[in-house]
Amino acid sequence: MEKNVQFYHSVYLDGKNCKGCINCIKRCPTKAIRVRKGMARIIRQYCIDCGECIRQCPYDAKKTKRHKLDYVFEKYKYTVALPPPELYSQFNNITDTNIILTGLKKLGFDDVFEVSAAAELVSEATRNFIKENEDKWPLVSTACPSVTRLIRARFPGLVSHLLPIVSPVEVAASIAKQRAVKETGLSPEEIGVVFISSCASRVANIVDTIGMNYSPVDDAVAIKDIYPALVAAMSKLTEDDIEDLTISGKIGVGWGISGGEAKGLFTYEYLAADGIENVINVLEELEDEKLSDRIRFIELNACSGGCVGGTLTVENPYIATSKNHRITKDKEIAIAKIEDYKKEYRLDMSWTIPVEYIPVYQLGDSMIESMTMMSEREEILKELPGLDCGACGAPTCKSLAEDVVRGYAKKEDCIYLMRSEFSELRDEYRELRQRSQLFAETHEDDHKEE
Amino acid sequence: MENSIHLQYTVDGTDFTKAGEASSDVKHKLKKLNVPTDALRRIALAMYEGEINMVAHADGGTIDVDIYEDKLTMVLDDVGPGIQDVDLAIQEGYSTASQEVRSLGFGAGMGLPNMKRSSDEMKIETEINVGTKITMTVYY
Repeated sequence: MEKNVQFYHSVYLDGKNCKGCINCIKRCPTKAIRVRKGMARIIRQYCIDCGECIRQCPYDAKKTKRHKLDYVFEKYKYTVALPPPELYSQFNNITDTNIILTGLKKLGFDDVFEVSAAAELVSEATRNFIKENEDKWPLVSTACPSVTRLIRARFPGLVSHLLPIVSPVEVAASIAKQRAVKETGLSPEEIGVVFISSCASRVANIVDTIGMNYSPVDDAVAIKDIYPALVAAMSKLTEDDIEDLTISGKIGVGWGISGGEAKGLFTYEYLAADGIENVINVLEELEDEKLSDRIRFIELNACSGGCVGGTLTVENPYIATSKNHRITKDKEIAIAKIEDYKKEYRLDMSWTIPVEYIPVYQLGDSMIESMTMMSEREEILKELPGLDCGACGAPTCKSLAEDVVRGYAKKEDCIYLMRSEFSELRDEYRELRQRSQLFAETHEDDHKEE
Repeated sequence: MENSIHLQYTVDGTDFTKAGEASSDVKHKLKKLNVPTDALRRIALAMYEGEINMVAHADGGTIDVDIYEDKLTMVLDDVGPGIQDVDLAIQEGYSTASQEVRSLGFGAGMGLPNMKRSSDEMKIETEINVGTKITMTVYY
């Protein structure tokens, strides 16, 4: 079953909390979870780290791998925080991003570099790419790693539409590292560039990079983990403490919400969808060539509301969106420009390794094998009740049928099939018992006669 | 005997929003069958256009799909009004669609031309007031 590429995952199951209920299997958009022996299991090649199971689990059994602040401060001599724009809209009554950025330094980071600044560079590079590649329209955003992974696994025809530009987090990390080396004279290994993550897929992306050999991001901590300490550090700041650390404008900070990336492209010919189910629907339409109007760019975010909806954030995504508007209201359109950064840093923004289709959904290794398995699946499906109850541990009857042909489940895992088999058995047993009673009675008669 | 998978769909002619369900199901199945991306795209496109036509012109019908190792054939059968002039209908931009259908974004006169372009072989059998049967084959 393990085919070609093994995706790295940041979402994992905490076995001691799992009750083996069906909440996560039913809501997983890629049907990547099964309950086996009373516990949920994540099928690695289907999981896209979207975090939907983390949202749905009532028992806190689904978690995200990440590090804690103490760990990163201990590990590196010098640390640079990479705050994403969605961090800014997690607080009440704060519209000055310098307060948040200074707060991060008070927390212990030696320096900060806004991801939103890199986002402005990516926006500029994207504008140029769109202009020069009309044959690839609509270009599909690759900023959300979950969406990119979904397309690679499920939409082979759309892989060629993926925007081949590195995401703002990686661009920010690369610049931050170069700047830190220059300013401190330390070796790159002694410097920790730490992303303040809003979601699981960004954490996974550090290991499982897209379009590049390795990620320039060294570590990730979660917004929700550092939040209490950050709020405390921010509340202690006096007017004189606040440093001028903001290096991005409206476009960059806008990336934190759905539609923000597209707005930085200066075209109305775009489409933006958020929430993984909506994203899948748009991709289906796109694959079927049903978008009749000319669209240059499609922005897709797995989380509802965009990155503000990440599972590692604190604020409600829609309240955070409203806060994002307030924060960007008085900002300049954009501050970071490629031309300026190019003078001081090496900008690695284009993909250097191709991103390809990974056929994880194929049933067999050859067409013939797959066809045989498909026929078997259809036959098994006819026997199943079609209730999609999840009691067998698979999210739907179709999933169970497929698991059976793949050799991961038995038809008898279906409790309805089991029940009818049980009643057949019970009838057989009754008949047998009646027969044996009859036999015994006759036998008794034999004895009497003796 | 040749190894194949047979699928049959009934297209509901009364609900426009459901047009595309059959082609979508075929598409999902083909993705599990190692069918090359380009063939998959052409099959989905041809079948979707056919489905739309069945709903727009003929109150639905049936679609029979046979998946082989090297090709897929689909037979779209309806008991609709038939096509008056096949040569004309196959021209890009020609349409007999009603205003209601056009207002839904269909009826641009690209249905049959797209089907012809997406498939490798297409046969149209039609009789006025009896129905239309379109057979399409796509080789992978």
